[in-house]
Amino acid sequence: MSFNNLDQLYRQVIMDHYKNPRNKGQLDVEDKLTIDMNNPTCGDRIQLHLQVEDNKIVDAKFTGEGCSISLSSASMMTEAVKGLSVDKALHMSELFSEMIQGNDYEEEDLDFGDIQALQGVSKFPARIKCATLAWKAMEKGIKGNQ
Amino acid sequence: MSISAIRSQFPILDQEVNGHPLVYLDSAATSQKPIAVIEAMDRYYREYNSNIHRGVHTLGTRATDAFEGAREKIRAFIGAKSSKEIIYTRGTTAALNLVAHSYARAKLTEGDEIVITPMEHHANLIPWQQAAKATGATLKYIPLQEDGTIQLEAVRETVTDRTKIVAIAHVSNVLGTINPVKEIADIAHDNGAIIVVDGAQSTPHMKVDVQDLNADFFAFSGHKMSGPTGIGVLYGKQSLLENMEPLETGGEMIDFVDYYDSTWKELPWKFEAGTMPIAESVGLAAAIDFLQDIGLDAIHQHETALATYALERLETIEGIQIYGPRDRVGLVTFNLGDVHPHDVATVLDAEGIAVRAGHHCAQPLMKWLGVSSTARASFYLYNTTDEIDALVEGLKKTKEYFSDVL
Repeated sequence: MSFNNLDQLYRQVIMDHYKNPRNKGQLDVEDKLTIDMNNPTCGDRIQLHLQVEDNKIVDAKFTGEGCSISLSSASMMTEAVKGLSVDKALHMSELFSEMIQGNDYEEEDLDFGDIQALQGVSKFPARIKCATLAWKAMEKGIKGNQ
Repeated sequence: MSISAIRSQFPILDQEVNGHPLVYLDSAATSQKPIAVIEAMDRYYREYNSNIHRGVHTLGTRATDAFEGAREKIRAFIGAKSSKEIIYTRGTTAALNLVAHSYARAKLTEGDEIVITPMEHHANLIPWQQAAKATGATLKYIPLQEDGTIQLEAVRETVTDRTKIVAIAHVSNVLGTINPVKEIADIAHDNGAIIVVDGAQSTPHMKVDVQDLNADFFAFSGHKMSGPTGIGVLYGKQSLLENMEPLETGGEMIDFVDYYDSTWKELPWKFEAGTMPIAESVGLAAAIDFLQDIGLDAIHQHETALATYALERLETIEGIQIYGPRDRVGLVTFNLGDVHPHDVATVLDAEGIAVRAGHHCAQPLMKWLGVSSTARASFYLYNTTDEIDALVEGLKKTKEYFSDVL
C-alpha cells in the first residue's frame, strides 16, 4: 500500500463531502424518524433524521462525529436517498454494501453519483464499518418504521 | 542485551508492511512474542501435550508439572506468598469479573459503596457497574486532577467507611500514568475496604510486588507481557479466596460430586473449572523467564526513555494535542488537530506504522477528556528511537495529506 492507494481511499469528492457535508443538521419537522447509531469499536456516532411520507423519503439530515469516511458517507447517503421510495432506499443500501466489500454490483436505475468514490474503501477492510454506519442507520430507521 | 539482540528475538518485527519496515507501536493492545515463548508452546504440543491432574500416564505428569511449575513461577514473579493465591483465568477481564461476581455480589448490600476512577478500562468498570446494580451498592468515582493524575486527598474524600471495594488501574492504558496504588490501598484498608488492582498495563513493564502494594486482588494478562493470548492471572489474598464461591463449576474443580450436592477442591483449583490453557501457561512461564533475563527495571527504564523522547519529538508537530502528564510509562495518546484518529491510523498504516485509534475501551475517560476518540502509540522493550522518528515523520505526512481539507 502506498500513498497512491491512500489517494484512492481519500478521493477528492470524499474530502469535499467531509469538509462541506450536505444535509448536516436537524430536521425541523414534527413527524420524523430519529435514529442514533454508533460504531462501538471506535466511538463514531451519528444521529439521522428521516422524514418519510407515503413510503417515500422526503427529507434526510444527520449530525454526528466521526472520521472522514463515516461523515462523508453520511453526507452522500442523505443526498442519495432523498426522494427515493423506502424500498428503493433499502435496496440501494444492499448494493452499497456489495460495493464497499469490493463485490460486483449493478447500479440498476439508482443514481450512485458521488457514492462511487467510496469504492476505494474496499481495499481497507478496517474502514468498511466507517462507510456503512450511516446506511445501517437509515436501514434501522426504515425497518423499525415498517 | 542490546536492542538489536532483543529485536532479533521477535521474528514478527522483521517484515515489511505496505512496502515499509513494520513499526509496531501497539503493544498496549497486545505485545509481540519472542522465539522462546513460541518454541516453548510448540515443544509442549510436539512433546508432552496431555490433560493435567487426571492422567496417570507419563505425559499427563509432564504437563501437570509444567502447568503447576508455571504457577509457581508466576507466584515468584509478582511476589505472592503462596501459589494457592495464583488463579489462572482467560485474562484480566475474566479475572476482574471473577472478583466482581464471587466477592462483590456475595458481600455487598444496599448502601455499600464501590469506588473506581474515570480512567478505568471497561474491564475494570462494567463489572462494578453490574455488581452495583445487582446489590444496590453505590458506584462512586475518585475525581481526577486536570492532568489526569490522582491525588490522595481526592481518594480520602471519596472513600468512606461505607466503601467496601476500591478498584483501580495500576497504570492507565490511555494516560500512561502510574497510580499510587500502595497509598490508595492504605486508605482503602483504613476504611475497612479491599483494593482490587487492574495490573494489565503495569505487570508487563515494571517490577510488581503484590505484597508490597498490599493489593487484595491483582489481575493481569499474559498476552500483554510477551506471552500468549487466552491466559491471565487473578492474584487474591488467600483469606479472601478461601471464603469465595467459584464462579464456574464443572470438570476438574471438584472435590466430590453426588446427585444433589458437590464439594470443591482447595485453592487454587476450586476456581479453575474445565480444561485450563495448558500450552498458554507454558508460554507465560517462558515469557516471564524472558522478561526477567532482560530485567524488569531495564525494560521500565528503556520504555520511560522512549516516552520522554517521544514527547519531545511529538511536541514539535504543530497542532498536536497530547493527553496525560509528562511523567508516564511508554505510551503516548494524542490527536492531530482535527484529523480523525481513524484517518491518522490509516495514513500511518500506509507507512507501515501500527498505532491504535479509537476509545481504547475507556469511553468514560474519553468523555472526561472531551473527545470521542484518540490515537495511541505504545512502546515495549523492542521499540527504538528510530521508530519514534518514523512515527513523527508519518504524522507530518498525515498533516500534509489532510492540510487542504482541514
